[in-house]
Amino acid sequence: METMTGAKALMTAMEKEGVKQVFGLPGGANLPMYDEFARCDIRHILVRHEQSAAHMADGFGRVSRKPGVCFATSGPGATNILTGLATAQADSAPMVAVTGQVPVAMIGKDAFQESDIIGMANPVVKYSFQPRLPGEVPEAVRKGFYIAETGRPGPVLLDIPKDVQQNEAPMDFPDEFTIQGYHPWNDPDVASVQKAVDMLVNSERPIILAGGGTIISSAFAELQSVAETLMIPVVTTFKGKGAFPENHPLSLGPIGMHGHAEANKMMAESDCVLAIGTRFSDRSVGTFEAFEKRLKIIHMDVDPAEIGKNQTTNISVVGDVRASLRVMVKLLLQRSLKKSEDSVWIKHVRETKEYWKENLKIHPGEMGAAKILRKLRELLPKESVVTTEVGQHQMWASLFYDVIQPGTFFSSTGLGTMGWGFPASIGAKVARPDVPVVDIAGDGSFSMTENSLATAVLEDIPVIVFVLNNSTLGMVAQWQRTFYDRRMVGVDQGGCPDYVKLAESYGAQGIRAQSMDELDKAIKSALSSDVATVIDIPIDPEEDVLPFVAPGTSLSDMILPS
Amino acid sequence: MWAILSILVENKPGILFKVTHLFRSRNFNIDSISVGVTDDENYSRMTITTYGDDKQIIQIVKQLDKMIDTVEVKQLDEHKTLFRELCIFNIKLSSASDSMEVNKLVNAYGGKVHDVKKDSLMVELTATPAQIQAFEELVKPFGIIDVARTGVAALQRSGA
Repeated sequence: METMTGAKALMTAMEKEGVKQVFGLPGGANLPMYDEFARCDIRHILVRHEQSAAHMADGFGRVSRKPGVCFATSGPGATNILTGLATAQADSAPMVAVTGQVPVAMIGKDAFQESDIIGMANPVVKYSFQPRLPGEVPEAVRKGFYIAETGRPGPVLLDIPKDVQQNEAPMDFPDEFTIQGYHPWNDPDVASVQKAVDMLVNSERPIILAGGGTIISSAFAELQSVAETLMIPVVTTFKGKGAFPENHPLSLGPIGMHGHAEANKMMAESDCVLAIGTRFSDRSVGTFEAFEKRLKIIHMDVDPAEIGKNQTTNISVVGDVRASLRVMVKLLLQRSLKKSEDSVWIKHVRETKEYWKENLKIHPGEMGAAKILRKLRELLPKESVVTTEVGQHQMWASLFYDVIQPGTFFSSTGLGTMGWGFPASIGAKVARPDVPVVDIAGDGSFSMTENSLATAVLEDIPVIVFVLNNSTLGMVAQWQRTFYDRRMVGVDQGGCPDYVKLAESYGAQGIRAQSMDELDKAIKSALSSDVATVIDIPIDPEEDVLPFVAPGTSLSDMILPS
Repeated sequence: MWAILSILVENKPGILFKVTHLFRSRNFNIDSISVGVTDDENYSRMTITTYGDDKQIIQIVKQLDKMIDTVEVKQLDEHKTLFRELCIFNIKLSSASDSMEVNKLVNAYGGKVHDVKKDSLMVELTATPAQIQAFEELVKPFGIIDVARTGVAALQRSGA
């Protein structure tokens, strides 16, 4: 056993986990750890606010499926990452956050920059560790990474007191360990999958609802195989957007509050749903009562606690959804099951899809959201990674930006964190430097973490920020127009700041696009740029996101464009 | 519905906080809680009594089970479980006959009398929550000065 400091042990253990970079910001209580960056191969990417470090780690984790790592100091540094932890927890993203803490003897004394981050973070992390002795660091790191990335992934917090970082101890780096109360994987029960197959085959109007779990477990091929073999149309949750290629004939797109009309309609008409890796969130399914009255429900999920939490189900299969779908694919092959391509249901689905393709009214102006996002889709290579912020632009992206290559679209869907998309895109670009990475943004969200432009420029991470700028907190404004009799309160952004000048002040490229022609040029310029680019696209502040299923109503009750 | 949960946890600092925090953040209720180390000092056993409909109880058990610090979570079947609660009453006495009456009740419920004073006495009673409730109703007319209850401790019977 080699004797070393806790800080050195942390770096050594992280290198063993394959960590190549961390996103962070130093301070008094994490300086011993920062000192180690001068002596190891792990790249440190400096942020301007710890919340962004957490979102970058989150974006990295979702794209690479390996925990992204963020660093913050004690006290305010640690509290600044809470939103990032909560975002990752709500969307099951693998992340390890390392915070400095005041020395062990000072804990509980209200020391300078002391915060009980273990206590504060408890409900928004999958697990947390606070090593009290340097020798406990290696095992905490090993277990932390294991917990973050296995089963239903999530954020793990390592809170390390300063003296634990500084003091030396003989270090053992165990490969083997046990966590008695943690059972991340269950083998899918074959008999239940068998029953699910029978239920699907015997239903008249089956549908697949693919949730975020489908993307987390990369069950793309298996999902496609089941859908094509049984000729079942596929809708997704918003988080599951892009689990299934959106240009596929069986794809109907996301359901939900701002789901595709055809997806909501077909979901509402179906008699049996195979729900994969979803928690039946209110934003996806509307009222639960309407959902369960008419439907037989098969639920596959890695988390046993999700079964029956929001939705009573007829058949449940607990296990990694890819493993469960593999069992299903195998059973279909064994029984040579194949459904006809022109059943009454499939014909109806096809017609409904065609109808909405032709009849969904979009904004008539040249710079309507649909036209802008379709232009972006047209010019982006299909392997490009897209993140979004939260608001109208996010829902327009859901409606009008088709994801062709599965697993290339990421958004803060659970917590709905404005300001997530831009730093997350930086993390995504670090994970996939070989593809274009675009943050589809609104001006309200972008302004929350816009100072990450410094990181993008100085660390040479050329992402593209695509700002649909209505100079308004647009989704709130839409609700005020719809439900509050047009009393507009607290939504006007007053054209401030000028995003082109803002980008330029950071040394990024800033382009304003006020016509389709300018937009075309701007996107092409951004794609060939080796520096981060902000494309500022002024749009009509009165444009609503439609269709719209009002909260507490059923998916079939959509407000449509008039 | 009423449920008794027996939760075996790692005996580490902060676990009680996490378990109770889970109840709060998931909108569940704790009616009583008792915690103590087991024969193996690496583990503690928590006994929590809670209430909710079937669906809620199942969800509580699943969420507790999902916690990494819980080793085993069981909902105990009331009929196959030995469960007891310790309760201490401080009861007001207005006359000599009160003292006799209370003593009779204490004997009937298998309790013990302590600290007898002219105008009050203390009663220690170990029983089921229902029995304690019944005893409390019976002594209420004398005047209860104070009560302390431990919460339920419970173990499923062998072979049950």
